[in-house]
Amino acid sequence: MTPVLEARGLAKTYDPGGAQVLALRGVDLKIGRGEFVAIMGPSGCGKSTLLNLLAGLDRPTAGEVRLDGERIDGLSEADLARLRRRRIGFVFQFFNLVPALSAVENVELPLLLAGRRRRDARRIASELMGELGVGGRPAAAPAELSGGQQQRVALARALANTPDIVLGDEPTGNLDSAAAREVLGLLRAARDRGQTLLIVTHDARVAAAADRVIALRDGLVSDKAELQAPRPVALPFGSDRGA
Amino acid sequence: MRELFLALLAGRRNYGYELRQALDREFGELLPALNAGQIYSTLSRLERDGLVVGESVAGDSRRKRVYELTEAGRAALARWIETPVPGTRLKDEFFMKLVVVASARLAEPTTLIERQRREYLQSLRDLDALLAANGKGVAAELLVEGAVLHTKADLEWLDLIEQRLQEDPR
Repeated sequence: MTPVLEARGLAKTYDPGGAQVLALRGVDLKIGRGEFVAIMGPSGCGKSTLLNLLAGLDRPTAGEVRLDGERIDGLSEADLARLRRRRIGFVFQFFNLVPALSAVENVELPLLLAGRRRRDARRIASELMGELGVGGRPAAAPAELSGGQQQRVALARALANTPDIVLGDEPTGNLDSAAAREVLGLLRAARDRGQTLLIVTHDARVAAAADRVIALRDGLVSDKAELQAPRPVALPFGSDRGA
Repeated sequence: MRELFLALLAGRRNYGYELRQALDREFGELLPALNAGQIYSTLSRLERDGLVVGESVAGDSRRKRVYELTEAGRAALARWIETPVPGTRLKDEFFMKLVVVASARLAEPTTLIERQRREYLQSLRDLDALLAANGKGVAAELLVEGAVLHTKADLEWLDLIEQRLQEDPR
């Protein structure tokens, strides 16, 4: 089956002030439809770069990005923007909410852009925000919300159109553990609906919810771990440890 | 488990199977099937050590015994309550294995680390599934949350080990 998203020999070099930085050094990656894949690795390993390249938010120095088998790394900005709007929900590390719009308007935005009626958009946005525990202050401006709340509004916005691909950069980065669990629940629900998820995370708990965990190190894939269905867990009593 | 039984017997004398039920109430499904043999072998060792005394119930055809704490048992329980459990975690099976295997060059350290990382990730998944399941008591939930935090720390430790090995591969 054709992977929904694929990277082939993906490389990216940044050139800030003449000093070349190799952010990615040839990454091959295939993501199947409906898969939940997590990318982990130390800061500076190239995780965010990889995600941005796959989302078409940045262009590779070498290599290919394919969506449903078609190359997208050469598309024009306008075509990429259209593609993202239609197919991809993106949760950024720093939210990127529109500051002039209220929380609920931010979530409605992709729905309205996709041609939904205003009333439907409001209903869907409110439901999603409720599920994420940020339905209480729909009219608040992003700046009036805490980091954790903004994060969840950003996630609601990314999920609003039920895009078939959801890309996330540290979607639980600013959340306490209870809020992180809600977000994780929503990501799982998205996967159960058949959406494809690719999430960059430091949070091992988020990674453990994925079907596959890709470890990135110095711009290269260093390990791929397939996770299995949860195993039963029990206390070590009975083995008489410590007795 | 010995001290748990002492604590459960502190309030009143009791039967072995009722001790099991009391543990069940606190830890629910986290408790594996403790068989009667394990319960009674623990109780009979406590009895041998003079910490509890058991008495056969007259007229009970199944010869059940009811247990209660002795003075020595109360003292042992009090000591257990007063003493914090050791805080250091300087014992780690994986790390011992890594050091020995690496120094004898029996396997690549990074391979061992990767395998262990997968195991910890899978453990986190197991634990999260347990948290998502219904019908746990608060105690069980906190216990699982604790295990999640420890496992996350173990994963961070693996990262640290891997990083040190890269900097200084001995």
